Amino acid sequence: MKKVYVNEDWCLGCHLCEYYCAFANSGETDMINAFKNNKAATPRITIEEGEKSADGSNVNFAVSCRHCDDPACVKGCITGALSIKDGVICIDETRCVGCYTCVLTCPYGCIVVDKSSGGKTITKCELCTKNSSGEPACVKGCPNKAIVFEERGAK
Amino acid sequence: MPINYFSQEFDVVRDPNRCIKCRACERQCANEVHFYDPETDSMRADSLTCVDCQRCVSICPTRALKIVKTDNTFRENHNWSQQIMTEVYRQAESGGVLLSSMGNPKDYPVYWDKILINASQVTNPSIDPLREPMETKVFLGQKPEEIKFNVDGSINTKITPQVELNMPIMFSAMSYGSISKNAHESLARAATELGTCYNTGEGGLHKDFYQYGANTIVQVASGRFGIFKDYLEAGAAIEIKMGQGAKPGIGGHLPGIKIREDVSKTRMIPMGTDAISPAPHHDIYSIEDLRQLVFSLKEATNYEKPIIVKIAAVHNVAAIASGIARSGADIIAIDGYRGGTGAAPTRIRDNVGIPIELALASVDQRLRDEGIRNNVSVVVAGSIRSAADCVKAIALGADAVYIGTAALLALGCHLCRSCHSGKCNWGIATQRPDLVKRLNPEIGYKRLVNLVKAWNHEIMEMMGGMGINSVEALRGNRLMLRGIGLNEKELSILGISHAGE
Repeated sequence: MKKVYVNEDWCLGCHLCEYYCAFANSGETDMINAFKNNKAATPRITIEEGEKSADGSNVNFAVSCRHCDDPACVKGCITGALSIKDGVICIDETRCVGCYTCVLTCPYGCIVVDKSSGGKTITKCELCTKNSSGEPACVKGCPNKAIVFEERGAK
Repeated sequence: MPINYFSQEFDVVRDPNRCIKCRACERQCANEVHFYDPETDSMRADSLTCVDCQRCVSICPTRALKIVKTDNTFRENHNWSQQIMTEVYRQAESGGVLLSSMGNPKDYPVYWDKILINASQVTNPSIDPLREPMETKVFLGQKPEEIKFNVDGSINTKITPQVELNMPIMFSAMSYGSISKNAHESLARAATELGTCYNTGEGGLHKDFYQYGANTIVQVASGRFGIFKDYLEAGAAIEIKMGQGAKPGIGGHLPGIKIREDVSKTRMIPMGTDAISPAPHHDIYSIEDLRQLVFSLKEATNYEKPIIVKIAAVHNVAAIASGIARSGADIIAIDGYRGGTGAAPTRIRDNVGIPIELALASVDQRLRDEGIRNNVSVVVAGSIRSAADCVKAIALGADAVYIGTAALLALGCHLCRSCHSGKCNWGIATQRPDLVKRLNPEIGYKRLVNLVKAWNHEIMEMMGGMGINSVEALRGNRLMLRGIGLNEKELSILGISHAGE
């Protein structure tokens, strides 16, 4: 199955993936309107920036759901809001009660609290299967191919 | 508060209706032009340090930015232009030599644009390269005077070593140090995929790139950086750099700040020391001395590598080339005054040297007149901007061309000409790790391959239009060229007729 993979060697820490994600999941057709009208969604991908060393080098890393084969978040979900559909771990916001068990159990820190719900539900990457982006928006928008969408076999 | 004698060159214009405050511009600007103002919750810019590299414009997700030439104007004066006045102010402040990067930007004539190419009509057929064979392969090196055969019909002529190229386009010398490792990797991988050569420049060859040796020209310059046996044997050819089109007559100076661990190892000099290439080779004061170095290098590599001698196009270029052709060199590379550089004194870059078109025509003619054209191949550099320039260069007598600036453009360079600052926002002319990683060679090498493939296709189309089916048949075929808007003297140097003749 094709998944989103991140190569920290090429991540510039520009944060554009977050913005493309927020736009893709906003339901808006225009990026400017999405942000100007406060329709932008909570980004499902977040950049973690390392501290700069003396020579100016630092490591940046885009964190988003790895769609594990044996996901702790799905196991831990107390209401069945998280489920696996064709390998993609999906969230049903109508069932989420905001207990944050998944946030605590995800070993990669990939589940985000949905700010648009006032923190009452969580949200997560669904590989842009529920919006009109097609290929995941973070992958399309990455200026340096640090985020790729590809098949890497089992595991 | 000091007095600012001159203002910024550019204004950063942001459309607040389009800006979504993602701050990508701020994060991507090594000159720290953009910043977020929390008090007004808006993005702002201080244009003073903007170099118009277009990185922010290119990366802005909502196309909210543009960079414009500032309209702040000194009182108009055709003699004392704003630029000249600004340079005087700069030097009055710094007391230093003005530095510039990339090629001569002055408004001198571009002869390529005053030359037109022929095509077949009625009396001879044009060729469709998609349907008929079309040869762009070239061999660089000495060509034998005659071919002798054994009684059994096999060839009994010893052929000197040649560089085989799938197309008459190579990547110019750009050193590791002046450009980043990722830029070098992009060039090396592209040259390998295309079946052409890139050139190490004078900075040695990084250990990771020995694998691309068959498509590498290794350079020996006056600083002799990074040269040892394995290096000389690694490449497809060895180039002795006598001069560079952007700065004829002077050497190079890579500041210590760019000599980080890897560059230091590759150049074989201590970290943090300035890498100074002397203006002359201190062992070459004559053609006879050059011959000694040519044969030293041949001896060192068992006569298996062709030797290139690269010179800047200067006033006596034809006589100098004649000497080089007699020195035992296999290939002469000539670099015109528009050739690029990572740093050169502005006055030298803008005022020294001659156009490559005129230099090429006079060198080719001189070598023919003296009957030694077959001793050497001729490669030209110094602002080959398109496939049309390649075709014109070949018809004027070149065997192949070097492209440097065009290759950097393919990697993202926008010719802001600030390489000497070391803060290249495109990750090309910098050694700062956070900037170097902006150039992903996986993207870079594909863009280079695309560019050269496209040019090669265009070369085939243009040759086909002339009814010519190989680069060999186009070389020196000046009847295929006509000048437009050139005077008698220019036409006679170029060896072409005027349009309509």
